Amino acid sequence: MRRTGLLALFDGPQTAWNGMSFRLCFVLAVLALATVPLYAEFFVVNNLAYFLLWTFMALGLSLIWGYAGILSFGQTAFFGLAGYGYGVVSINLGDAHGLTWVAFLAALVLPALLAALIGYFMFYGGIRDVFVGIVTLSITLVFETFMAQTAGPEWHIGSARLNGFNGMSGMPALTVPWFGGEDVMLDGNTFFWFVLALLVVVYLALRWLVNSRFGNVLVAIRENPDRAEMLGYNVRRYQTIAFVIGGTLAGVSGILYTTWGSYITPSSMGLTSAALPIIWVAAGGRKDITATMVATVFLIWVSQTLAVKGAQYALVLMGVLLLLVVLLAPEGLVLATVRGIRRVVLRVTGRRVATTAMAKRTEGS
Amino acid sequence: MAALLETRGLTKYFGGLYAINGVDLTIDAGEIRCLIGPNGAGKSTLFKLIIGTYQPTGGTVLFGGADLTLLKPYQRVNQGLSIKFQVPGIFLDLLVDQNLRIALQQKSGPHEIDEEVDRLLDFLDLAQSRDMQAGNLSHGQQQWLEIGMAIALKPRLLLLDEPTAGMSPEETFKTGELVKRLNAEGMTVIVIEHDMTFVRQIAKKVTVLHFGKVFDEGSLEDIINSDDVARIYLGKD
Repeated sequence: MRRTGLLALFDGPQTAWNGMSFRLCFVLAVLALATVPLYAEFFVVNNLAYFLLWTFMALGLSLIWGYAGILSFGQTAFFGLAGYGYGVVSINLGDAHGLTWVAFLAALVLPALLAALIGYFMFYGGIRDVFVGIVTLSITLVFETFMAQTAGPEWHIGSARLNGFNGMSGMPALTVPWFGGEDVMLDGNTFFWFVLALLVVVYLALRWLVNSRFGNVLVAIRENPDRAEMLGYNVRRYQTIAFVIGGTLAGVSGILYTTWGSYITPSSMGLTSAALPIIWVAAGGRKDITATMVATVFLIWVSQTLAVKGAQYALVLMGVLLLLVVLLAPEGLVLATVRGIRRVVLRVTGRRVATTAMAKRTEGS
Repeated sequence: MAALLETRGLTKYFGGLYAINGVDLTIDAGEIRCLIGPNGAGKSTLFKLIIGTYQPTGGTVLFGGADLTLLKPYQRVNQGLSIKFQVPGIFLDLLVDQNLRIALQQKSGPHEIDEEVDRLLDFLDLAQSRDMQAGNLSHGQQQWLEIGMAIALKPRLLLLDEPTAGMSPEETFKTGELVKRLNAEGMTVIVIEHDMTFVRQIAKKVTVLHFGKVFDEGSLEDIINSDDVARIYLGKD
């Protein structure tokens, strides 16, 4: 647990897998993903981008629920707000001169501010445990209901029509001003690479954050908020900050989703949508961001595959999965699977591993 | 010697009952003070008023001359107070090492923490258990770990609420020696305790609470030999 060097900043007790072999796996996985567009067809790449763009919301929920112990049932409120925010700003500003990035930033600030506001009133008001879930779920349902009734032509912001239950559409994709005056649109392969790069940055930033002093305090609050306060930490402030980060990450997913399909609807803030992130994070292993990320991509892929045969099957499966995980592997599928494999490996090569571990320990001391 | 902690007319009213009723308590820097009294005398409530878990109905808490009464618990801790609760309040799912780190990072720089963890583990006699989950420690060890977390903050005043509850006589004795060593290093300590052997081991001065009031206060010998104190403890008339 001694820490030295720059790379060690991303390792620590709050991430399940650390060290050189994990870093190698991580780099290989990123390379494998990044090279997919070189040989796969558009359909595959486009789907893969779709799987990845949801992980930001899941990572945010892992941070606030798995690490800080706050179960938010309403991450979709931030998702939707950011999606609509991007739509309204980008439709009004247009996509010339990279103005879509103004929309991108504005759409990130909105959920951050909302999360700060809700977080402040909840945590400084002493709301705890299941009541946080109730408050946040109510907020996302209120948003859904409100947006669903904006069908009439009177519901517009500038030139952006809100369109009620059918949702808003026609927002431009992200564009990058390029040399020679031509804008490059992020779609297809470039959008996929953008999402992947952003995910790598966010994932590494979160690894650093949860293993930092700040992450230690979050975990302390999850384990025992009263003791954390008696160690001199302003618990409410830490909870609010974590909630803002989680809300902003849900916003990232919302923006990416909106640009991906060029539409956003109120149902993305509804009950079903609100429940899915909880399932991904719980099933993966909420106390670890890597487990959460892997499980989210996997489960969305499964849902997507099943949805071809009818959307209801995917939802039923997700529900059953949640039950099974809660009953059988409360620490999450990914962690349980890896531990299971390790146990089998240990049983087979038991002696050898035990001796090496012993030797290492003696060397270390 | 200057007063480190002073409560003036401290009062806490819980719907129909004065749990603490006008307590004036003065603790000098460098003292080990024992708070004793029958169950329900208000000892733990007094601690909660000092640390800020409860807001008093009346009266003030002064610490090093500064008025703490309106501060939140974490602010009081940052002023130099630290508490070990009656019920062990450690992070049960985390490793012993991590429990200490979370406490130590408040006052120690990132380069000192490794050394400080080693020092505390030695001091608490927990070096063997470093990589254990705190929840797997014995009850006595959990109490020591919590004391360790409380002193990791390098407090000027340490509040210990029944630090030896559930401990064997040997563990109790060891805890007493630990408290005396901390005091010798300059830490002021207030201890709530029922075990009179333990009180004899550590205290010079004892305050007796009864029905939310200071019933008696004096040197250890005076209190032990007081008929009045024996009467409220044993219920004799």
